[in-house]
Amino acid sequence: MMDLPNTYRSGPDERGHFGIYGGRYVAETLMPLILELEQAYNAASQDPVFADEFRYYLKHYVGRPSPLYYAQRLSESFGGAKIYFKRDELLHTGAHKINNTLGQILLARRMGKTRIIAETGAGQHGVATATVCALFGIDCVIYMGATDIERQSPNVFRMKLLGAEVRPVTSGTGTLKDAMNEALRDWVANVGDTYYLIGTVAGPHPYPRMVRDFQSIIGVEAREQIVAAEGRLPDLLVACIGGGSNAIGLFAPFLDDSSVRMVGVEAGGRGIPSGEHCASLSAGAPGVLHGNRTYLLYDDDGQIRDGHSIAAGLDYPGVGPEHAWLRDSGRVEYVAVSDDAAIEAFQLCSRTEGIIPALEPSHALAYVSHIAGGMAKDEIVVMNLCGRGDKDVFTVARVLGIEL
Amino acid sequence: MREGGRIGRRFASLRQQRRAGLVTFVTAGDPDLATSIDIMRRLPAAGADIIELGMPFSDPMADGPIIQAASERALRAGQTMRRTLDMVAAFRQEDAETPIVLMGYFNPVYVYGTARFLFAAKKAGVDGLILVDLPPEEAEEVVGPARNAGIDLIFLVAPTTGDERLPLVVKHASGFVYYVSITGITGTASAALTDVTHAVERIRAHSPLPVAVGFGIKSPGQARAIGSTADAAVVGSAIVAKIADHIDAKGAPRADLVDVVASFVGSLAEGVHAARPRRGPA
Repeated sequence: MMDLPNTYRSGPDERGHFGIYGGRYVAETLMPLILELEQAYNAASQDPVFADEFRYYLKHYVGRPSPLYYAQRLSESFGGAKIYFKRDELLHTGAHKINNTLGQILLARRMGKTRIIAETGAGQHGVATATVCALFGIDCVIYMGATDIERQSPNVFRMKLLGAEVRPVTSGTGTLKDAMNEALRDWVANVGDTYYLIGTVAGPHPYPRMVRDFQSIIGVEAREQIVAAEGRLPDLLVACIGGGSNAIGLFAPFLDDSSVRMVGVEAGGRGIPSGEHCASLSAGAPGVLHGNRTYLLYDDDGQIRDGHSIAAGLDYPGVGPEHAWLRDSGRVEYVAVSDDAAIEAFQLCSRTEGIIPALEPSHALAYVSHIAGGMAKDEIVVMNLCGRGDKDVFTVARVLGIEL
Repeated sequence: MREGGRIGRRFASLRQQRRAGLVTFVTAGDPDLATSIDIMRRLPAAGADIIELGMPFSDPMADGPIIQAASERALRAGQTMRRTLDMVAAFRQEDAETPIVLMGYFNPVYVYGTARFLFAAKKAGVDGLILVDLPPEEAEEVVGPARNAGIDLIFLVAPTTGDERLPLVVKHASGFVYYVSITGITGTASAALTDVTHAVERIRAHSPLPVAVGFGIKSPGQARAIGSTADAAVVGSAIVAKIADHIDAKGAPRADLVDVVASFVGSLAEGVHAARPRRGPA
């Protein structure tokens, strides 16, 4: 048994560890850069000028606060708990990703960096990065797996419109993990002027902490909003998990409220037994990749396995180290939902609420639809609707056998 | 440095001969297990003073395209951590003295079980271990098991490693210090000799260990230049490129592959051995 901490909000420690997870597993060439980044972030996070600047752009450019919306028809159709959506899908660029890219670009400017690199899978983080680079006139290079470039051509075009250079990655399997490898290789070769803008709560310390802090605006707002609407905290928080940035953003401000249950929903793909999934917390094991120790998908020899999910944004064989720690400590439960269930929830939400959700939060909704009916009518669920589904209509049409 | 170890003995002998050493890197199991063992067996006679054997990994973040491709070839051919250790054991039946250093990434070692792996590696005849993504800040869990197993843990120093970090980086180092001469991935740019010389002097001010320099050394001439300033020159991508150039479209080795590799290593060795390191005998 591990000792239960007095607080779940003190992590990571000064070396970036959440229990045994996290850390800084990078080549020596990058170590000094990561230490420099940590110092710069520590200074920025204590600087009211930085906080003001972040808040200013969140409000006037990103469109925060996002509404907390009572999904009445959906709640009534399940006949149980009251379901609220935290509507980050209404933000500029259509997802929560921009909270983080905005925070990091402000930091990069503060550090005097003149070139931004980023990895992207589905292209959402790439678009959010290209967007803030355009906003501040900074050079932007996005690494994207060649396989993903084919699958996500509208986002590739968006990034180009925004002035970014999109570099296809053909090494490995040509997906998100390979794009991340390539971004790290770029960073090693361009240590002077380049800032690596990681898109989720993974990577070497201080990224997991920093990205969590920037995304925590989701939970801070949701907490105020639910108290205003219901006069109390929710009973259950639900969010989908790829790397886990939207989930940690919602969960973090509630971690010490023991009455609030939390469930992270991973991509179950074609089912856990099929091996074709991205459920690293449900079906993986601890390992070390991309700068941190966390739950990963790998074979008997420690070689990283490629995941599968219908939701490209969940298609990563790892997860943020704080989630690994929250899993082991039992504070947050993690479940997996299949492609099929997500597609069903996607359609249900579109028809019942007039909101076309992204396939990623459709996983969270599939879980909610599974349990809400069994909950009491006065119980409250807050689900993070972290992205909108415009980007997914082609994928869903294909699955449904409809030609557009 | 482990006084009685093969790495320590090899550097002591190089100093006695007043010459620099050649460290050759190939990926274990590239392009297939049988060919890879043949290559390994030919290396000492061709002039390799130390053999560095890459443990293939699915996500080699610090490697350039040449070594990435070698890793992929080896994995496709079925290479595993166990097979890499078996290769070393087979090599040791014929060669009891050439030091063998394994180089790779932490995950396969961690998944094998760090202490278990180090013990098995020692038993197979491995002398040193380099884990590219294990900086000193995270090395604690490997330092103890490596010492217990009797394996030198070799750390990398980079051009970005400032003087204030050097004591930390060399603190747990044994065997030798590996200087990564460029800010970049393997097999890409080459460093200016004056910069390398300066860096090697900086490292020597903080550690009594021999200094090997790698990344970007592609020709016998470059190897000779590095050998004039460092205790050893490491050549990897240039050798691995010869392997890549001598396999057919299906990935099968051409008949002359092993000879070509051995002859290239011979030319590198001539270059390095012609150099006279500045540092005298210890």
